[in-house]
Amino acid sequence: METGFSSPRTDAFPAGLRVLVVDDDLAWLRILEKMLKKCSYEVTTCCLAIEALDLLRERKDGFDIVISDVNMPDMDGFKLLEHVGLEMDLPVIMMSVDGETSRVMRGVQHGACDYLLKPIRMKELRNIWQHVFRKRIHEVRDIESHEGIDEIQMMRYGSDQFDDWHLLSGHDLTSGKKRRDVDSKHDDKDLGDHSSAKKARVVWTVDLHQKFVKAVNQMGFDKVGPKKILDLMNVPWLTRENVASHLQKYRLYLSRLQKENDLKASFGGIKQSDSSSKDPAGNLSLPNSIKMQQNDSASGIYGMPGNKTLPQSVDQKIHESDLKGIVSLSVMETKKAPIHDIPDPSKVSSSRMVPNHPFGQLEQEVKYARFNSSIPKQYAWSQVPEVQFKQEHKIHHRVENGFNHLPLPGLQHHVQVDFIQPTPSVSSRPFNKEREKPASIEIKPSYNNFSSHQTIQVAPIGTATNLFPVQSESYAISFHTPAPTLTATLSMKNHGLNQIFVNELESAQRNLISGNCSGFASSDGDLISCLLQGNSYATNVELQNKESFNHNCPELFVETPTCLNDAQRFDYDYPWESMEYPVIDQGLFIV
Amino acid sequence: MDKSLLNFISQAYMDRNLQRQIAYTRKSLFDQGYLDEQFIQLEDLQDDANPNFVEEIVTLFYSDSARLIRNIEQALENNPTDFDRLDDFMHQFKGSSSSIGAKKVKSECTQFREYCKAGNAEGCIRTFQQVKQEHATLRRKLETYFQLARQSDV
Repeated sequence: METGFSSPRTDAFPAGLRVLVVDDDLAWLRILEKMLKKCSYEVTTCCLAIEALDLLRERKDGFDIVISDVNMPDMDGFKLLEHVGLEMDLPVIMMSVDGETSRVMRGVQHGACDYLLKPIRMKELRNIWQHVFRKRIHEVRDIESHEGIDEIQMMRYGSDQFDDWHLLSGHDLTSGKKRRDVDSKHDDKDLGDHSSAKKARVVWTVDLHQKFVKAVNQMGFDKVGPKKILDLMNVPWLTRENVASHLQKYRLYLSRLQKENDLKASFGGIKQSDSSSKDPAGNLSLPNSIKMQQNDSASGIYGMPGNKTLPQSVDQKIHESDLKGIVSLSVMETKKAPIHDIPDPSKVSSSRMVPNHPFGQLEQEVKYARFNSSIPKQYAWSQVPEVQFKQEHKIHHRVENGFNHLPLPGLQHHVQVDFIQPTPSVSSRPFNKEREKPASIEIKPSYNNFSSHQTIQVAPIGTATNLFPVQSESYAISFHTPAPTLTATLSMKNHGLNQIFVNELESAQRNLISGNCSGFASSDGDLISCLLQGNSYATNVELQNKESFNHNCPELFVETPTCLNDAQRFDYDYPWESMEYPVIDQGLFIV
Repeated sequence: MDKSLLNFISQAYMDRNLQRQIAYTRKSLFDQGYLDEQFIQLEDLQDDANPNFVEEIVTLFYSDSARLIRNIEQALENNPTDFDRLDDFMHQFKGSSSSIGAKKVKSECTQFREYCKAGNAEGCIRTFQQVKQEHATLRRKLETYFQLARQSDV
């Protein structure tokens, strides 16, 4: 019996795994075929070893794995195993009804990657893909190790230059890869921006983004086009595609801001401080964000101080993603506490909650930004402590969530729009959004609070320095953090999230997450169990439904007595069984 | 009573009767050690694509095993007894029996192989009788069972 050959479906691995089964026992061949098909594998069967070898030779690369019985009439199973290993280098699984150690040992010696005992369960077959996978990994590793050697050599010889380059470009060797992986993961999830996901990653640093925005503004946002932008930017290594995708994200970001702006309007009283003023004192990312918000004052509510924190020189690694991610928290040394315009106490109180959120966001941003100790006290928001905590991405998330609940989402945008104009502030735009909120409130803050909060160096440079702009609406966090959990959490509706910030943000977050998770889980579970019950009931009914009024009735009746006798003798369960029928029958016949 | 109503009721009783029989027959096969968990695996594999899967496999088993039994019988008649060959056949037979979960048959096979290893021809012959007997008994029971099940499928 042979089935057709087809190429592997790599998209739904391990489904479509191409298996060749060799067994002279026809019953087992059929059973294995059925089991493997149920696992969504592609099965080809063979009852002779020689036939199997021919098949394998004919279709080189036509199979992913071979399962063979040890005892075959025409050829010893172990011999087949050897051949397959040598000629095709495919993983081979041996089977036998005999589990004697010596036999198993032989199998392993001959190169079998597994040895299954008959009777074989389906669950054992389900996992055979691991052997294929493992082999592939090893192959890749072998290749990589060769490449790796080169890299190491380079490192040794030109290490200084190498390092410098890496630093400048914003990543280091080791973490680079990881980040890339993480990035790709996130990117894929993010906006589904396929183009960028597939191309080489462009790290949109603050500077780069600033150039971009500058170019955009120069031309006028409406008339903008990737080619023109590229020209204006004058960055030789940048491609039109890079710019195009970045532009797309930028547009999305802006539109989001717009929406939030509308919302914000309702809050009124938003004053704008002169956002375009650049705060010379580099703000720390945190402060930056805060400042931004303050500056924006849009967050009049927040009474942000007039500093505009524009991230400037931060050497953050901004991962490419959407604008939001671009928050390059430049380390703006904000010296003075911008807290001049502290919002009204009333406002402050209302936004009490908010601050958390904003901070949360800030934190996120902060996280990503690399702060140095120069964190000015200004940052001293009471919230700073929180910020501190937020060293974890997670925390940010949470904050985000809490943020959601804030009724002030709109506020953020407002400010940012303003920022868009001035180039320098551009980069901090994403912040603004978030920042507004936070900025507001705690301004009063005594810088004292901040003592050593310089721990704001939240984001180690090596990590994603995206400040993901938390979109207030969807809260789809697009930050690229190495913590995949973040995204997951965020995507969960954080309806119940509150600003929990203040204390053990971490633990709180964990609880939140787990709480959410379990919440979901249980509801799913209930649903599933309901469905199952429904199903089983249906089948019961079906069984009963057989209207087999057949002519064998007389025979049936005749046979019945013997059955009954047996029942009396053996099966005390029987009476119970007979009981259940009537009940079901009723249900059945009432149809 | 209305005739149709009478028919209706008697049919219901007969159906119920049949179902009871089927369930009982099946259960006793397990209780009495004729079948093991493998049979349930086969039942689980049965689906719309293969609605008679279990019966198919059992049929395959019986045609395969009939051939093996003949081989063994012939080998047993040979003098001197080729125990390796016998063991080999019995190994196959055992493997085959495991496909449908023929528990009693399997254990007799194991016994047979013990005698083979021991070079005990007498023991082999005796045990082989047991193997054949269990093999036949199971076949009968399964036939009955499938017959009942088929009736209920109508």
